[in-house]
Amino acid sequence: MPQAKRILVACGTAIATSTVVAKAIEDALRERGIEVITRQCKASEVASMVEGMDLVVTTTPVPTNLGVPVIQTLAFLTGIGKEAVIEQIVKALNQK
Amino acid sequence: MAITLQAYLVPEALIFGMDAETSEEVIRNLCGKLMYAGYVRGAFVEGVLARERVQPTGLPLEGKYNAAIPHTDVDQVIKPGIAMATLARPVLFRNMVNPEKEVPVQLVFLLALDQPKSQIEMLQQVSHVLQNPELVEQLMHARNLFQVRETLRKA
Repeated sequence: MPQAKRILVACGTAIATSTVVAKAIEDALRERGIEVITRQCKASEVASMVEGMDLVVTTTPVPTNLGVPVIQTLAFLTGIGKEAVIEQIVKALNQK
Repeated sequence: MAITLQAYLVPEALIFGMDAETSEEVIRNLCGKLMYAGYVRGAFVEGVLARERVQPTGLPLEGKYNAAIPHTDVDQVIKPGIAMATLARPVLFRNMVNPEKEVPVQLVFLLALDQPKSQIEMLQQVSHVLQNPELVEQLMHARNLFQVRETLRKA
């Protein structure tokens, strides 16, 4: 059993948005048989929280020179382009 | 059973066809209603406005109406509640994922949360509504609390 991948989910305040996004990512990946561990943070905390993470998914701009892939998307809130983003996440996790 | 969006919706903070010029006007109006209804302290509105300036919450949706979900840190919240407004004409909010872009918004959920981790079902319900153009359309045409609750129940 491979170790679960770790995804850092960022939004503005780490109050509402990232909670929804993190849950949606977990559910979508579980449906595909992929277990992930998510952690939430504010956009301003990403740089200090990114260590040990395989991927950053954010709903708000964050630095991109983090050393791990960054996916900026509203798909988990609005539904637009959700399938494509899930594919993108799976691909990014597989490349690690 | 999870506490639902319908239960968090504050009847006194529900505005249909609000005629506003700016996002600030919309936010001030809704925060005022939440304050008078005893859900947030007076400083809540400044927190929401400050957050909206730095981290906007405009969301382009799939259907013909777009939405915004202004919210902020928990400290000025007395008890959790959600205010909602439909706007008579689109008001510009900036895009959450790309703050340089503007989104013409006609549906606003203003979230006053105190325990976001335990309010996840309710937040997911907001997101389910936004992902469903039919429900958004129904909310845009709602004219009373009953119609709003009926629509949210389907999310």
